[in-house]
Amino acid sequence: MASVTLSGVVKRFDKTTAVHGIDLDIADGEFVVLVGPSGCGKSTTLRMIAGLEDLTSGDIRIGERIVNRLEPKDRNIAMVFQNYAIYPHMTVHKNIAFGLRMAKLAKADEERRVREAAAVLGLTGLLERRPSQLSGGQRQRVAIGRAMVRNPAVFLFDEPLSNLDAQLRAQMRLEIKKLHQGLATTVIYVTHDQVEAMTLADRIVVMRDGRIEQIGTPTEVYRQPATMFVARFIGSPSMNMIPGTTGQGAVELDGLGRIEAPGSAEVRRPIFLGVRPDDLRVAAGGAGALTLEARINVIEPLGPDTLVYADAGGRELVAKADGRAALRRGEAVKLVADADALHVFDAGTEARLS
Amino acid sequence: MTLGFDPRRDPRKIAIWTLVALGGVVMVMPFAFMISTSLKSREELYDLRLFPLAPTLENYIYLFRESRFVRWFLNSFVIASISTASVLFFDSLAGYVLCKYRFKGRQIVFIAILSTLMIPTEMLVIPWYVMSKNLGWLNTYWGIMFPGMITGFGVFLMKQFFETVPDALIDAARIDGLSEFRIFWEVALPLVTPALSALAIFTFLGSWTAFLWPLIVTNSASNYTVPVGLASFSGEFTTEWNMIMTGAAVATIPTLVVFILLQKYIIRGVILSGVKG
Ligand SMILES: Nc1ncnc2c1ncn2[C@@H]1O[C@H](COP(=O)(O)OP(=O)(O)OP(=O)(O)O)[C@@H](O)[C@H]1O
Ligand SMILES: [Mg+2]
Repeated sequence: MASVTLSGVVKRFDKTTAVHGIDLDIADGEFVVLVGPSGCGKSTTLRMIAGLEDLTSGDIRIGERIVNRLEPKDRNIAMVFQNYAIYPHMTVHKNIAFGLRMAKLAKADEERRVREAAAVLGLTGLLERRPSQLSGGQRQRVAIGRAMVRNPAVFLFDEPLSNLDAQLRAQMRLEIKKLHQGLATTVIYVTHDQVEAMTLADRIVVMRDGRIEQIGTPTEVYRQPATMFVARFIGSPSMNMIPGTTGQGAVELDGLGRIEAPGSAEVRRPIFLGVRPDDLRVAAGGAGALTLEARINVIEPLGPDTLVYADAGGRELVAKADGRAALRRGEAVKLVADADALHVFDAGTEARLS
Repeated sequence: MTLGFDPRRDPRKIAIWTLVALGGVVMVMPFAFMISTSLKSREELYDLRLFPLAPTLENYIYLFRESRFVRWFLNSFVIASISTASVLFFDSLAGYVLCKYRFKGRQIVFIAILSTLMIPTEMLVIPWYVMSKNLGWLNTYWGIMFPGMITGFGVFLMKQFFETVPDALIDAARIDGLSEFRIFWEVALPLVTPALSALAIFTFLGSWTAFLWPLIVTNSASNYTVPVGLASFSGEFTTEWNMIMTGAAVATIPTLVVFILLQKYIIRGVILSGVKG
């Protein structure tokens, strides 16, 4: 059990700076997910917490201790890697027990812990197998088991599910969540899958180019994205962005007319109006804070809903319609969104205005 | 045995197999003559038939009873074993460090090691000799062995093979609390056994058949290795072909044993790495 604190953490490789000064407070028992596009420094941050990379500057605390100079084994952490990293020449049992052997536990105690972990993870019948005789999901369970038996204060996961197929990923996601609820250990979890981030996290940390863009609960990050980057990155399909100008309590959208919008300042300046496809309804009639005339280009039925790609004043927008609605390509429709679904961003700084 | 195809149907394959078979015969002939000659008496020696008219074991009896062959065999065996053990350990250690650690000058060190591969033994024996003389290593086991205790080729081979060991495995072992040496020994090394077996075969055979340097550095018959000893059967005026062939026949046994013992590890290693991932 431990909190984790990063203050002013910087990592420079020879030429590139991978992490530009990160501050992050993670409470004891919290499940924090780092998300961001490829190369944004998620793994590097995690590896610095693990002690696999040195810090260029800054401090990392686990519990009350500054761990900057401690070896990984002395940090009381365990890590699960993307490609499992289980030892191919050892049986499942040996793999799980390997870290314990280093900790010099009594044999009986070691055996008990391995059995317990195997039971929790459904590996009991597989203990004498070798990794080459396991499926991807089973291998990842072994990797998690190896981390579990060490009773770490902090679990670190680096994209543990990204090598699994979609169905298995959903199943393992649930198991990791249950595991966290059972153990109540601090977890830091790296992924670039935003569904994983939304479903698992107590708090999400969105990273970009070695900096933190936003820290917040999944709802905050989804409902009140702090920047255009976060708005686009979280949620699928991506948020629609319509350029325009604010002024006098209204927003002038380029080529799409004028609407009342929250947070529009007195000073005129270029902005982007963001609206999520989920909040942009295809409606026969009716009106909302935002109402746009559009023509349907492409229809993607998803079952319960249908994604509609429509042309509004020369701009392609994505909207959602009820799965049962009868829509045709080329049909003229209205796209409607409520006031609380509109996000206004400064076009220059990309920061949220409303 | 299955060939994986029907040779009666494919004339190109027939041609290839004929060629391979011919190659096999060409390779086996010297070996067959070696065995044959070792079973011939002195009278029959220059009669070039493959099957001796009156096969005899007298050459073998002479080799083991009268010559110092047993001693040479022992010398060769000790030297080849120690050299092989040393090469396996140090070459894999150096290869591992060059592959998995990032440090200043790594590339230069690697190139320096590689460049030693381009210097032929013939160029080195004189400096080696002078050095051995000054250090009192002439006519000793160490004198024979020292040039081959670490090889550039082995370092290169092992470095390339360690590339196949994922870095994440090494990181996982660090988190599991292993020391850097034990990560090498318990995690990385077991995953490159095919390369180790191949290197062991090359090194053992290389040491077993080495001739020039052992000839130069030894000067008493009791320190000869097998090749040097056998060469001593060839005098100024006569060459005892039957003894050379008999000694050579016996000398091939350990090389065959080493090969047969280790090749299954190579194959097993291939299977192991082929299935995973
Ligand atoms: N050992 C290294 N040497 C030099 N540069 C590195 C090293 N490791 C990472 N980097 C660089 O640091 C940056 C961040 O890398 P990092 O692996 O942390 O990204 P990531 O967010 O985990 O991406 P991904 O989602 O692809 O795993 C990248 O630009 C990468 O090229
Ligand atoms: Mg990564």
